[in-house]
Amino acid sequence: MAEAHPTIRYVERSGAPVLEVGGTWTVFSMRGLGRQAEQARRAARGRDPRLVDASAVKRLDTAGALEILQLAGANAETEVRTDDQHHAALFKVVQSNMKAAPPARHEAWMFHVFEEVGRDMVDLLRQIVNLCAFSGEILVIFIEACVQPRRFRIGVVVRQMLEVWIKALMIVGVLCFLIGVVIAYQGVQQLRQFGAETFTVEAVGIGMFRELGVLLTAIIVAGRSGSAFTAQIGTMQVNQEVDAMRTIGLNPIEWLVLPRLLALVISMPLLAFWGDMTGLLGGAVACTVYLDFTFVQFFDRLRDTVGAWHFYTGMIKAPVFGFVIAAIGCFEGLQVKGSAESVGQLTTRSVVEAIFVVIVLDAVFSIIFLLADV
Amino acid sequence: MTAETLAEGGQIVDHRDGREIALRLRGVRTQFGSNVIHNHLDFDVFRGEIVGLVGGSGTGKSVLLRTIIGLNQARRGKIEVLGIDTHSLHGKTERQLQSRTGVQFQDGALFSSLTVAENIIVPIREHAGLDEEMMRCIAALKIALVGLPADTGDKKPSELSGGMRKRASLARALALDPELLFLDEPTAGLDPIGAAHYDELIGELRKNLDLTVIMVTHDLDSLYAVCDRVAVLLDKRVVAGTIDELLAYDHPWVQEYFRGPRGRAAARQESNGSNG
Repeated sequence: MAEAHPTIRYVERSGAPVLEVGGTWTVFSMRGLGRQAEQARRAARGRDPRLVDASAVKRLDTAGALEILQLAGANAETEVRTDDQHHAALFKVVQSNMKAAPPARHEAWMFHVFEEVGRDMVDLLRQIVNLCAFSGEILVIFIEACVQPRRFRIGVVVRQMLEVWIKALMIVGVLCFLIGVVIAYQGVQQLRQFGAETFTVEAVGIGMFRELGVLLTAIIVAGRSGSAFTAQIGTMQVNQEVDAMRTIGLNPIEWLVLPRLLALVISMPLLAFWGDMTGLLGGAVACTVYLDFTFVQFFDRLRDTVGAWHFYTGMIKAPVFGFVIAAIGCFEGLQVKGSAESVGQLTTRSVVEAIFVVIVLDAVFSIIFLLADV
Repeated sequence: MTAETLAEGGQIVDHRDGREIALRLRGVRTQFGSNVIHNHLDFDVFRGEIVGLVGGSGTGKSVLLRTIIGLNQARRGKIEVLGIDTHSLHGKTERQLQSRTGVQFQDGALFSSLTVAENIIVPIREHAGLDEEMMRCIAALKIALVGLPADTGDKKPSELSGGMRKRASLARALALDPELLFLDEPTAGLDPIGAAHYDELIGELRKNLDLTVIMVTHDLDSLYAVCDRVAVLLDKRVVAGTIDELLAYDHPWVQEYFRGPRGRAAARQESNGSNG
């Protein structure tokens, strides 16, 4: 489409300013009109013409009509003269609708920053309150389910365990194995400088048992299963499936949240144990390569020097982390409102929050174990 | 009358009257796997008219609409939109054609991360590239044109009701003043008053903006109120005609559709309306 350009001219006719427009006035032809309009406006010397002569206009659409009327001062009394019936109708439609055009809203950036920060703070507080209420609701359902065990929905729990436990074994195993290798390698390098390289075994054992095994597992699970919980429940929320469940009399906490929670609380220790074992295997492999240990020597030394409590501390943390990840994942899923965008936002938030809380709790556990001297 | 005696373009009686053809389908076949949806389908729409597309559930109304606007490839046949063959269309011609047609999807399909005004600006920025101030004014005009309050522009689609979303979606479809407008169930889910206003709006816009409109609809009131002709999907083909012609058309589905209780009610209302 070769577009003829729009033309603008201000003229005086019997003492009154008249805006003469011609050519093609469509949304495609008006690019770069600003300068031309500015020149014409200067020629008019600040007087708004009451009359627009549009008889020379070849093609017109709503955008063009709007622009012409705005050049004439966007006045409701502006009179438009045109020979074309269609154009006249268009001008009339646009003129009767354009009073509604609101001015562009410009906010000072300072104002904007304060507004955002304030909003975020209020959101955070509300979030904490809601999370507490949510935990309470879970607790109530849990106690009810203890009285009526069939409300634990074992079938759903088992299906979830397949997802969060069995299908996570591969990735958790591989990552923990690699971390075991890395720690052992670094341990040998550093400890060799003062002839203590055999302590690498303790480094791997204590490191994996106490912190790394369970923490790595928790982070993988938060990214894998916590996000999946949010996305699943969030999508159901968008499709009004959760509302449908409520009207049928199925409690979403009982059907969606509790099974996922139980599945993860059971699966996390199992996964963490698996992570510990693969981590030790990685350490053992590295020690055979860099230290000329045999497997038997490695595990002998491990048995002699690393006490059982190192293992227990990790295992105590695992179900707690599982609970936190599942609770946050489900909670954020139920927060989803309206759109697909909100599913994405809340999934991100669920993962970030879960990892954050897991690490904070890990620090709290460290203090507790320090005080308990284990 | 049988399908064999139809006039050109699946019409019962030829209504062309020398008008330009806005949409022309010839021998179109669509299928998913081995499931044939349309076969040997001919369909013409002339410039300036409003055509309603009806059919039973599963007869492929939406599929036909998607095929015409190029979201679904026809297996066979020829589709001309505004005189341009859409087969293997690409690059500049495709973009130009897209800027001359507008589509309103069933649930709005507004971009959920943008405000309503931004939604309307998207096609303008993409195809025309005017300066921001001008585009904002155009967006405000379109919002007023479809009968939404001015503050709707700053809202997100998720904050709107279903009916408002439909109007907002229509505003986006109208952003570039298209010549051909496709509406998918525009009045479904609206209350009768809202639906009647919507019909009026479509009629007004057609008159003022010189639109050609093709709407998939189940709303018999809409068919009577605004549609010049009705295209019925029957036996994988289109049979098009005015309502009077279709009333005389001998096919059980058509007869039940227009002569059923709802069809009669809509017809009565229409005749009352035109008498009073």
